[in-house]
Amino acid sequence: MITYKNVCKKYDDVTVVKNLNLTVHDGEFVVFVGPSGCGKTTSLKMINRLIEMDEGTIYIDDQDVNKIDGDQLRRGIGYVIQQIGLFPNLTIKENILVVPRLLKWSEEKCEARVHELLELVGMPYEENAHKYPKEMSGGQQQRIGVLRALAGEPPIILMDEPFGALDPVTRENLQDELKILQKKLHKTIIFVTHDMDEAIKMADRIAFMYDGKLLQVASPEDMLRNPADPIIKSFMSKHVSTLENQSLDLKCKDVMSTDILLITEQKKAMEIMSLMKQKEMNWAIVVDEEKTFKGTISLQNIKKQGELTGVAQDLMDTKAETILLTADAKEAFNRLMKSRAKFLVVVSENGKTVGIITKSIITEKLANVVWGDLDWVL
Amino acid sequence: MAMRFVVQHLYLVCMACLFTAFFGLILGAVAYMFKWIRSFILGVVDVLQTIPVLALLGVIMLFFGASSTTVIIGIVLYSLLPVVRNTYTGLETVDPGVKEAAQGMGMNRWQRLFKIELPLAFPMVFTGIRIAVVTSIGIAVFGAVVGGGGLGSTINRAILIQDMDTLMKATLMLMAMAMVFDFGMSIIEKRLQAR
Ligand SMILES: Nc1ncnc2c1ncn2[C@@H]1O[C@H](COP(=O)(O)OP(=O)(O)OP(=O)(O)O)[C@@H](O)[C@H]1O
Ligand SMILES: [Mg+2]
Repeated sequence: MITYKNVCKKYDDVTVVKNLNLTVHDGEFVVFVGPSGCGKTTSLKMINRLIEMDEGTIYIDDQDVNKIDGDQLRRGIGYVIQQIGLFPNLTIKENILVVPRLLKWSEEKCEARVHELLELVGMPYEENAHKYPKEMSGGQQQRIGVLRALAGEPPIILMDEPFGALDPVTRENLQDELKILQKKLHKTIIFVTHDMDEAIKMADRIAFMYDGKLLQVASPEDMLRNPADPIIKSFMSKHVSTLENQSLDLKCKDVMSTDILLITEQKKAMEIMSLMKQKEMNWAIVVDEEKTFKGTISLQNIKKQGELTGVAQDLMDTKAETILLTADAKEAFNRLMKSRAKFLVVVSENGKTVGIITKSIITEKLANVVWGDLDWVL
Repeated sequence: MAMRFVVQHLYLVCMACLFTAFFGLILGAVAYMFKWIRSFILGVVDVLQTIPVLALLGVIMLFFGASSTTVIIGIVLYSLLPVVRNTYTGLETVDPGVKEAAQGMGMNRWQRLFKIELPLAFPMVFTGIRIAVVTSIGIAVFGAVVGGGGLGSTINRAILIQDMDTLMKATLMLMAMAMVFDFGMSIIEKRLQAR
């Protein structure tokens, strides 16, 4: 059990955490949520005393954290951060064993622990233990980050936006895995995020902070139903995505544009250019006879080649991403907003190329859905 | 040009660089760990390099006489700057996320320094050592003035008797030495950085 009692933190004259009182029970998953700069990280780091409080105390099972040696305290509390912070000079195994070694566990116990933990997240020991962090993807690295925090068998884990730097798909996966781990291991977890969707998904209870104050502590359902403050209400409507809120079920086919120019692989550069001119487009999608997506080609690209003797097949760019016609519009939106892709090519279930989604197309379509048909006078 | 002087020159450079690396690393780490003494250390090594080499050697000679010890101390003081600076900067610029994780795991500051920060800063420290080595090959030439021997002696004598041939050879030898060390060490450096 973690108990904040009248905790205050000041930087110079500014009080960034104001008289915080909160009890987190054993095995509970509590999420601190709130806008940037509201004091979430500060509140979290005062538990393991990476930040010292100015007033009040925090008790862990009736023990005042200020009366424990800082390093000793931290060895007993798991810690996961957004920057992941795996040690690049150590292997995955050595990274995981940092705390057990600090706790002077025996070599056999350490060895067994690494096997057990890697198994827990389905990463085979032989394949992974001796890798270095940079040989892994961000998602895998943060999996190890979580294992490293679990390694010393701490009853409490602190997580500061642990999945904030990951792409949406990986993020979703890790959230699910963490939920499962939590069910299995019954750790007490305090988790910081500024993403209300994430808070609602993960939390047993959400602690909403604003400007250094705790405005409400409630289960996700209660907070959604009875937000204690207009600020919370507006924060939730902004962050719980509009689509979910209105329980609309938009698919890619609702938000795509079918105004595309399809050309076959064998079309010559000259022909492509005149087709583009006719259609007033500066790009086209290359497909085969079955209309299966092959690549994209832009006017610029053709011009760059200089000679106009090539065929589409040789000039096209095959890197473009595709998305299924029946996929959620939300997924398309996430991918466009959070990845480098400028557009997604929409394909039907039998593999035919049917349309395209760009940021401006999806924004326009969504706006139409939310506010009705608007006249786009530009 | 006697081979003896080349060997002597290399001896001066190697000895000096061992000390430079050792003390430079310690001073750089101390500057990183203890804020109150940081600007003093960084300031002093900075100033040391602005003293003309001959004047510096002259002062040291007052204490250690005309000997290779004087030359070695001179070289060390003169080439400390790149090692100290790079050690300090290397430690300072270790990824803050990594530092925070190390502290959050409960490593104390010495464990953090030796297990995480120094290994990660090492490529940068090594660059400092490379610069120090190349600099000291040049500085060691002044060693002849205070009785340290080395290629400086060869050059001095060649100038006195106007032996252009030897003068050229000795100069080329110095340039070759500097280039070999620079090149060899930068290969190691690339390896370190690639890790
Ligand atoms: N070392 C510091 N010195 C001065 N002010 C600080 C310091 N650290 C944090 N603050 C201030 O304290 C306030 C709370 O910071 P904190 O990091 O806890 O916010 P947060 O809720 O975690 O925000 P974010 O979502 O951006 O991470 C902020 O206004 C911040 O500017
Ligand atoms: Mg924060």
